[in-house]
Amino acid sequence: MNRGAAITVASCGKTFADGTRALSPLDLDVRAGETLVLLGPSGCGKTTLLRLIAGLEAPDAGGHIRFDGADVTALPIEKRNVGMVFQSYALFPNMSVIDNVAYGLRVRGMAQAARRAQAAGVLEMMRIGALAQRRIDQLSGGQRQRVALARALAVEPRVILLDEPLTALDAALREHLRGEIDALLKRLAITAIYVTHDQAEALALGDRIVVMRNGAIAQVGTPRDVYFRPADDFVADFVGVTNRLTGTLKNGRFETAAGVVPLPQDLVPPAAPSGPGAVRLLFRPEAARLASPADTPLVFEVVQVEFQGARQKVTLKDPAGARILVEAPADGLLVPGAAVGLILDPARISLA
Amino acid sequence: MHSADRLARLFLLPLFLFVAAFFLLPMVRLVGVAGSGPNGLAEYLAILTNPRHLATLLATLALSAAVTAATLAIGTVVALFLARNRFVGRPLLVSLLTLPLAFPGVVVGFMVILLAGRQGLLSSLSMGLGMGRWVFAYSMAGLFAGYVYFSLPRVLVTLMAAVEKLDPALEEAARSLGASRAQVMRDVTLPGIAPALMASGAIAFATAMGAFGTAFTLATRIDVLAMTIYTEFTLNANFATAAALSIALGLITWMVLALTRNFAGSGVAAAG
Repeated sequence: MNRGAAITVASCGKTFADGTRALSPLDLDVRAGETLVLLGPSGCGKTTLLRLIAGLEAPDAGGHIRFDGADVTALPIEKRNVGMVFQSYALFPNMSVIDNVAYGLRVRGMAQAARRAQAAGVLEMMRIGALAQRRIDQLSGGQRQRVALARALAVEPRVILLDEPLTALDAALREHLRGEIDALLKRLAITAIYVTHDQAEALALGDRIVVMRNGAIAQVGTPRDVYFRPADDFVADFVGVTNRLTGTLKNGRFETAAGVVPLPQDLVPPAAPSGPGAVRLLFRPEAARLASPADTPLVFEVVQVEFQGARQKVTLKDPAGARILVEAPADGLLVPGAAVGLILDPARISLA
Repeated sequence: MHSADRLARLFLLPLFLFVAAFFLLPMVRLVGVAGSGPNGLAEYLAILTNPRHLATLLATLALSAAVTAATLAIGTVVALFLARNRFVGRPLLVSLLTLPLAFPGVVVGFMVILLAGRQGLLSSLSMGLGMGRWVFAYSMAGLFAGYVYFSLPRVLVTLMAAVEKLDPALEEAARSLGASRAQVMRDVTLPGIAPALMASGAIAFATAMGAFGTAFTLATRIDVLAMTIYTEFTLNANFATAAALSIALGLITWMVLALTRNFAGSGVAAAG
């Protein structure tokens, strides 16, 4: 397989014929060989951005798309050498599995024996060689997904674009295939752009994640950045459960109703903090550790404990009544009404 | 369980009575009448042994095949265009295109005369251009135009529904693999709407084989099967021949449709 292309999206917006603004002009660099996940709720513009990169839609005037520096804005999808996997798989029902996988080679004029051999090789790589002669309607959802991926990879594309490829599958299979796709993309070192609305998928697969909202980019970062240092409330809520404490900044410390949180040096405070209650501290349920009230200046009251075997989910409230959720090892026995101290991991908190 | 089965059978009784009254009994009677003429059972083969009837049959088959091919070709292009483009006046255009659904064959024949008769639009146009008088209303070409006009709305409605049901991602997938527009059409779009093409083509063919109203208006100098049956029946009072020809018309149409379906079925299986 050839090495993946680097992709540059330069001030690409998209306004549809009926005047709907699907995408505000935005810039994005995709590095050669990386897996970039476009994450966001439906209608956020992630699929539109993917279709612009694919060449299925043209950006508004002024927008440019470059593959390895070469401007491909005017090229339709059939000239861009991109592999694409659709949510519906879009396998050709009038062709067998092997003919589906060999189709891209067939339209390139490769002889039947050669293209069948190459397609069989890709099927073997996906470990579905035994399905070669099957009809599409004889395949399970997971098998169809693999065939769709094999078909997209058979033409050795510079970029592979995946539009919610796992959404149509059940949860267990989704998780399994997620691991397979991740391993495959890493092994091929192909540039991959993966659209999903599932935060777990995004965190597991992405080298980097682009969180989108209302046709604009809300944050670009590694999964850890996006999860532990979300750029704003929207990102924080979209990629998982978020605890918020309201308070003020004083001498490099965050003061709130439950006590004091020391802040790390590198944590950037929000632009204009003013007055009490103006700053909020954000952290994930698993970024906090329960401790004895004597060991920490941050103390809460236990409201509810949900035992889950290895772990427990503990709901706490501060003196002002604000509730937070903490996920902790299930080693200590907690009773509602007791006071409990909390130690936050300084590397996994952010301010908003 | 069993009483529910009995109840279900009871509900099928009206269907059975309906089929018996309007299908089985007339068919049996038709078969009986056909064999009761002076030629006896040989009358059944009149359509093949009588050269005039055989020529009529072949002409009718050729006309129907041509009508089917033309209707499907026009219908596919129009259905693809209408299903994929949204523009001002589209709903009006669609309803105009389906307007002939309401016309009886006689009206369609009348419209062909208005278009291509001696005093028709094309006639005056060609005279005005000094290219002689174009009159084809009373020929096979006139019947052809009338039948295509008559069948097009039915075919169009079926094909538009099929095109709209086709997953647009199929064509996008083919394009992403490098297929040109023509290759996408050949490998994805047409196979995707093949069942609808088959079904609407069968309807167009059967309609053209048996159409009477349009033929009655236009076929004054040419022979098509439906007209021959009418002539034998009313003018010559030759009931046996009329009945035998009717049976032959029904059987041949049915056979052609069955063969097409078979061929299409095995074709699809071979491709898959």
